[in-house]
Amino acid sequence: MLTEGAYDLTTGAGLIACPRCDALHVERELEPGETARCVRCNTVLASPRAGAFTRIIALSFTSLVLMVGAVFFPFLEISRMGFGNQTSLFGVALAFSHGALMPLTVALLGSIVGLPVLRAVLLVYTLLPLSRNRRPFAHAVPAFRLSEALRPWSMAEIFVIGTAVALIKVGGLANISFGPAFWAFCALILVNAASNAFTSAATIWDAIEDAGLPTDGREIMPEHRA
Amino acid sequence: MTPGQDQHAPVMTAHRAGLAGCRGCGRVWPESETICARCGGALVPPDRRCLNAVWAWLAAGLIFYVPANLFPMLKTSVFGGLRGSSESTILGGVVELIHYGNYWVAAVIFVASIVVPLGKFIAISWLALVAGRPATVRQAHKRLVLYEIVEFIGRWSMIDVFVVAILSALVQLGFVASIHPGPAAVSFALSVAFTMLSAQSFDPRLIWRGLPLRSRKDPE
Repeated sequence: MLTEGAYDLTTGAGLIACPRCDALHVERELEPGETARCVRCNTVLASPRAGAFTRIIALSFTSLVLMVGAVFFPFLEISRMGFGNQTSLFGVALAFSHGALMPLTVALLGSIVGLPVLRAVLLVYTLLPLSRNRRPFAHAVPAFRLSEALRPWSMAEIFVIGTAVALIKVGGLANISFGPAFWAFCALILVNAASNAFTSAATIWDAIEDAGLPTDGREIMPEHRA
Repeated sequence: MTPGQDQHAPVMTAHRAGLAGCRGCGRVWPESETICARCGGALVPPDRRCLNAVWAWLAAGLIFYVPANLFPMLKTSVFGGLRGSSESTILGGVVELIHYGNYWVAAVIFVASIVVPLGKFIAISWLALVAGRPATVRQAHKRLVLYEIVEFIGRWSMIDVFVVAILSALVQLGFVASIHPGPAAVSFALSVAFTMLSAQSFDPRLIWRGLPLRSRKDPE
């Protein structure tokens, strides 16, 4: 275990490298509300927020509930001259289910439903013990790493903007009405944005480490503060 | 907070100190380590090896971008084809939207499907070409901003694929009007995914590798 501010340039203990520009920084435990930025490229290194873990867990559960609504309720309805059609999120994904376009269905369902759900579950799994000051669950490290790796591929918010564009495109062709799933999806975007604002990967890695995963004795423990 | 707090002084990096910094969590390890013991991520030295992957994914993205523009994105038929059935490519769709006066939507589709992908191809190629070359601090900052824009904006090109999916699921009014997706949708989605992978393979630390060890005549 290290005391705060002590570092070793031969092993790298007590140091943090900026992931964007590789500049070395001496690690320090931040107070909630503080933000650490790289001295060279200004990238945010860590920004712990008070109660962030509990909030992320709450927001993840909210997004799971909303996703159930978004998947099973009708999404959009269209009608013209007595002909009508209603579609759910599954219907949208299945639009590509003919022949060669089949793989796109899987990718589409994955990026708008599967990955957001998986990320919410992984975040809850990682943060639930940490928010109660317990040891992290087994495999919390790969779980959180997977969640971070999947972040750019979860495209729910892009899908909502796509919906807006599609609606304007068919606006002149037929009457359109929104189903509950559409509103659930809009709410989901806000919830995800709030959750992302609270997530600071460096802080979560630090918390996993402090909560007792073996990492070569490099963690800075609060009671060992200089 | 750093050895080298001052902006003007050359900054000590993990690589110069003979250490390896983890790109996932920031922990610093001796250069001999290959896996970060904290987050389990691979420790990769910031060298030009990553550029192979960047060029490979970029080429794949570029290849799939060609059929994405040549083949139809949407097949529309109105009144069972009596009022004409049309197949529109990406550019054709934009022209059609302008024709109907939907300038705003036309602009969104044009930017998301043509300007952004082409801009990304150019930006990534440029970043990969100048990576590791000498640069001033100001140039390096500019390159990093460009990289962050490319990284952020890449996913938004998917918007056109989602539009096609929603339209073809929704507009199934039998005889009156129906819309079906065309083969361009798949190649466009693949092109976007490959360019995203290309941007992710680029190591932004290379931008800073080009800085001279001692700042000679930096205007900063």
